[in-house]
Amino acid sequence: MSIDKNILVKLKDAGFRQNDKWLVKGVSLVVEKGKIVTLIGPNGSGKSTTAKIALGIYKKIDGEVEKYTNKVGYVPQKVSIDWTLPLRVSDFMVLTENLKDEAINEALSLTGVEHLKNKNLGNLSGGEFQRVLLARAISKKPELLVLDEPVQGVDFTGEIALYELIKKISEELNCGILLISHDLHTVMSATDHVVCLNGHVCCSGSPIDVAKNKEYKVLFGEQASQTLSIYEHRHDHVHSHEGDIKKN
Amino acid sequence: MFDDFFIRALVAGIGVAFVTGPLGCFVVWRRLSYFGDTLAHSALLGVTMAYSFELNIAVSVFIISSVIALILIQLQKKTNLPGDALLGLLAHSSLAVGLVVIGFLTFIRFDIMGLLFGDILAVTIDDLLIIWIGGGLILLVLKLIWKPLFASTVNYELAEAEGLNPDRAKAIFTILMAAIIAISIKMVGLLLITGMLIIPAAMARNISDNPKKMIIFSIIGGLLSVIIGLFSSLEFNSPSGPSIITASLILFILSLLKIKQSAHLKN
Repeated sequence: MSIDKNILVKLKDAGFRQNDKWLVKGVSLVVEKGKIVTLIGPNGSGKSTTAKIALGIYKKIDGEVEKYTNKVGYVPQKVSIDWTLPLRVSDFMVLTENLKDEAINEALSLTGVEHLKNKNLGNLSGGEFQRVLLARAISKKPELLVLDEPVQGVDFTGEIALYELIKKISEELNCGILLISHDLHTVMSATDHVVCLNGHVCCSGSPIDVAKNKEYKVLFGEQASQTLSIYEHRHDHVHSHEGDIKKN
Repeated sequence: MFDDFFIRALVAGIGVAFVTGPLGCFVVWRRLSYFGDTLAHSALLGVTMAYSFELNIAVSVFIISSVIALILIQLQKKTNLPGDALLGLLAHSSLAVGLVVIGFLTFIRFDIMGLLFGDILAVTIDDLLIIWIGGGLILLVLKLIWKPLFASTVNYELAEAEGLNPDRAKAIFTILMAAIIAISIKMVGLLLITGMLIIPAAMARNISDNPKKMIIFSIIGGLLSVIIGLFSSLEFNSPSGPSIITASLILFILSLLKIKQSAHLKN
């Protein structure tokens, strides 16, 4: 098998088990340079877990994960800064890599929060904090960006602008992006490849293919499906409570 | 100059304060104060070992504390007991075993109070060398692991994801904790070492808006505590360790005024 130079991270039948319960299993996906791969799925479907497998945060995993880059930018789903640690935005920006002041300013202005540079992280609103997280992740010009619900808490117009920014970054830096998102419209318009999770991979493919999928419809409801696709196809399995697959 | 016991104590205390300042900030940030206590309690065992085998006290305390830290990490992996119960188990059992061993070593006269609360009279030129050279090494290593340690203190997963190897930094930090306890045990005594780590850092938090400032204020707070504490110990003939900690408590109380003030300004 030849190694494609564009591949940044590759999961092969990967899974992770915690306290004898599978958080996710059987996930295969590839993130390539300049491509956006989006993970969708309901709460507890293993999206964040899959991202953490790809990032190498979870080490005792099933299956294989191959990572071909160390230049990684990560926006975790949840970051809480303890009060005991006084931290300004400018301190947070250089957390994992030393950056020049211009690079910090540039990244902060891209996400629209340059004015918050000297503010304490604890005093930011949810949306502001999210913008800072995104700025930090892109400031180091990574090859691989992993964004776990990067626009949660951001106002509506800001949300659209940030998704446009994410798209632009993937083109300009030619970096691969693994995105976790709830916003199906954005997913469908900005994404190259969609992986629909529910404890396992329900379906995957181009946004259009996934929208046509019956599984997708079951997960996201009739309406989401109708807005995106008029097609259906027969699904071959249903889900138990634990997210296991039962063949019809 | 170092002939005078008081000068020796002062130089020793200043050396210790330079190291406990930054380490104490990490102890507060990473919520390790009980962990520090556990290592300090186990130091008694290290002291008895030093007397039994005629080793240097700092060296044998360092060895025992490191071993206890390693045992703790193993127990955390292998048992389901919560962290604080494990820490309590190790802290008190190592203290108890230490005291039992002392009971057996009847041929040696122990100054238990000195061990528990510090003894400035006991600081020798050798101790000064250990404090300043050991302390310098601790600070050097801390500087080397600063990036991964600090990043993982803020968010472990971010540090891990972006390739900083936080587990290694944490292991090294644990060793540094054992080392600072080893070099400061004569100054403040094993029951009060954690106070020397966390009280100046807590004081510094009240008057800082960024991590570097907090470390600098923590060092200054530690230095002031040592100087005020030792002078008052000389003046009032009070035990050195408790005097130093009491001085740091007074500084902490003063720093609370600053918090009230800035809260007032905001409103």
